[in-house]
Amino acid sequence: MNLESVIGITKKRLFWPLFTFGIILLFDFLAIPGFFSIQFRDGNFFGRPVDILNRGSVYAILAVGMTLVIATGGIDISVGSVLAISGAIVATMLGSGFEAKIPMLLCILAAVGVCTIIGCWNGLLVSKIGVQPVVATLILMVAGRGIAQLITGGNIPTTQYQPFTYVAGFIPGIPLPTSVFIAAVVVISALLVTKKTALGMFIEAMGINSKASRFSGIKVSRLIFMTYAFAGLCAGIAGLIACSQIKAADANNAGLLIEMDAILAVAIGGTSLAGGRFSIGASVIGALILQTLTTTLYALGVSPLALNVVKALVVIAICLIQAEEFRKKIAEMVYRERSVKNAKA
Amino acid sequence: MEKSTVLLEMTGISKVFPGVRALQNVDFRLRAGEIHALMGENGAGKSTLIKVLTGVYGRDAGTMSLEGEQITVKSPQEAQSAGISTVYQEVNLCPNLSVAENIYIGREPMKFGRIDWREINKRAKDALARLELDIDVTKVLNTYSVAVQQMVAIARAVDIKAKVLVLDEPTSSLDENEVEKLFEIMKKLKSNGIGIIFVTHFLDQVYQICDRITVLKNGELIGEYEISQLPRYELVSRMLGKEVDEFAALENSKVFNKQGKKPFIEAKNVGRRGTINCFNLSLVEGEVLGLTGLLGSGRTEMARLFFGADKIDSGELVIDGNRVHLNSPIDAINNEIAFCPEDRKQEGVIGDLSVRENIILALQTKRGIADRLTRKEQEKIADDYIRLLNIKVSSPEQLLKNLSGGNQQKVILARWLVTRPRLLILDEPTRGIDVGTKTEIQKLVLGLAGEGLAVMFISSELDETVRCCNHVAVLRDRNMIGELYGENANQTTIMQTIAGGAKQ
Repeated sequence: MNLESVIGITKKRLFWPLFTFGIILLFDFLAIPGFFSIQFRDGNFFGRPVDILNRGSVYAILAVGMTLVIATGGIDISVGSVLAISGAIVATMLGSGFEAKIPMLLCILAAVGVCTIIGCWNGLLVSKIGVQPVVATLILMVAGRGIAQLITGGNIPTTQYQPFTYVAGFIPGIPLPTSVFIAAVVVISALLVTKKTALGMFIEAMGINSKASRFSGIKVSRLIFMTYAFAGLCAGIAGLIACSQIKAADANNAGLLIEMDAILAVAIGGTSLAGGRFSIGASVIGALILQTLTTTLYALGVSPLALNVVKALVVIAICLIQAEEFRKKIAEMVYRERSVKNAKA
Repeated sequence: MEKSTVLLEMTGISKVFPGVRALQNVDFRLRAGEIHALMGENGAGKSTLIKVLTGVYGRDAGTMSLEGEQITVKSPQEAQSAGISTVYQEVNLCPNLSVAENIYIGREPMKFGRIDWREINKRAKDALARLELDIDVTKVLNTYSVAVQQMVAIARAVDIKAKVLVLDEPTSSLDENEVEKLFEIMKKLKSNGIGIIFVTHFLDQVYQICDRITVLKNGELIGEYEISQLPRYELVSRMLGKEVDEFAALENSKVFNKQGKKPFIEAKNVGRRGTINCFNLSLVEGEVLGLTGLLGSGRTEMARLFFGADKIDSGELVIDGNRVHLNSPIDAINNEIAFCPEDRKQEGVIGDLSVRENIILALQTKRGIADRLTRKEQEKIADDYIRLLNIKVSSPEQLLKNLSGGNQQKVILARWLVTRPRLLILDEPTRGIDVGTKTEIQKLVLGLAGEGLAVMFISSELDETVRCCNHVAVLRDRNMIGELYGENANQTTIMQTIAGGAKQ
């Protein structure tokens, strides 16, 4: 392989996210004995990798929705609150008993449906009324937790209904957590819809130049509306998993600030926050990087108090590695040093 | 100052972009106190040479010296401090700052560790007064016309004790008076010994003001000439590298006969409040309709109604006898209408998409989101049209933003031709484009009209309108004031029509 083809690979969109992910995994392999060990118990897989996939599924689902919104040049900071609303609805409707008050499928549909409608509201504000995306979604970021509180009546409803715990747990006889499959379905269908139809190109065109896109016949405001609705749908699905994980719906703390993690996952994946070119796959890798990082830090015994600081430092490092300007600077410095050495010799 | 003193010397400059040899061993010499035109077609390397000079791009080979001393310019700031100032085609100042702030940004006069506002405003006023411009310098730049903004940019460039002043198409947004004023300033600067590099597409202006011409073609130096030794015709043929047939092929347009043909599209009492008053207009297939009038007369506004870019609020549009409602561009596209907008950068170019994607975009929206063109189909279409329109790209996957202006325009044109429209609206399709491409586009349009395409053609250049159109609608002050056909649509009658009503 010659130098040029190596450089060619680094220009591929998935390269730097995968590279970063690889480095973190390599670190785990070397520094934390048994990080990758997986046990097979009672027909299920257990271990940190499974755990990362399970917990990472929430980030991944949110990141998929967020990617499309960001690609249009927007942003949705309400997804954390919407996630809490989803949990509040499903937990309240199921009731606290061992039997479901209302059939589970109905509860799930209600939760996801309401979240999609909330997404539509965001989309309406942004696309039809022209409110700036941050401001438009800030409304529900703040008010959404209030809505969740109203639904739960200020309590933290718990649920004991066995089938609902399967959402973030294991369906008997299936070796991997259900959340992993849910995330896979969301990711794959989003990939199919954006790649097999013209949607992906239209969204990119809009994010780059919305006026020219309208002049080329793209229904800009309708598509923007749809991306926010889809982000709401994703938040609703993620809310089910988050609620199932703790078997309770905490209106105040469920998904608190998780919108920032979702945005970060998209950014680590290399999609510009200014909109335009995007990659769902890269965002999903970004989400996995974030979750792996958290799991790694816990495994290293970093105290939960210091966790965010350490995480922030690592994220800064990741962002620097991915920034082309920074890499160029480093390359220049290395080059200069070498030529100085050569000159001395 | 002696005229023959070489001020700036660039020798053997080369610059390679991925897949494109933008400059190849180019020499350029600028003497003190001369105005030197840099000419060439789009993609000839003018902009690249300027950008190498001003430090926007690094050079791959060659040397530069200023007043006999070798210089390396790594950034626009370095160029500036070395005494090379530039005014770009697109005003690149800060629209939200005041005029005075724009002139002194980055080098504000200080007093007691704080910015001396009074001094800034006073100096700014003086600097503009030297250009005979008397405006309120404390107002935000945005509140002034593009022409004034351009003058502010020049004031800033001149104020930075420049030895070399680069003017990159500064006149494309100026009207005649403003151009005159600019030329006076240039002459004044010239007599002060400043060397001026002048990039423009207007041949008249070159012969009016320049002392020397350097011609580039395809990234190579063709030659440097004294203005008196290079007649206009020679210059054009050097730029194009071929004998120009003086648009002879275009003259066939006049024989078009509209009689007995059914109109394809009709506007009946169509208007929109505040942009264009009610008008009646009809086009038949194969007709080239020119919309003409002074700037701001409502030409673009009229065209936008035919594309659904703005909604009509009175009258009706009829296509093939059926009333249509064009609420957005996609409605127009579905009715086989296409529109190349005037503001290419804002309304046409999607810079970060590839040439291929830009070409197939409108066809894709016409087919709908679900009916995606396969990659193979896209590639075939892109290849066909790149060949058909002679678009200069290293590959269809090149990003559109990396193409020169004329080639970008061709891509936008391709985007619409791919949709096989029946009506093609072209709003200033040849603005900021070199002579060769201009002729190419004009020929293409007429060729398509010959095959039955109806064309609506807007141009500020009267001779272009006359050459291309067999039917001219004249506008003034947002009213359509007359229509001229065939031989009657010549420069004199058009100007008379535009001026005529004004006397009433």
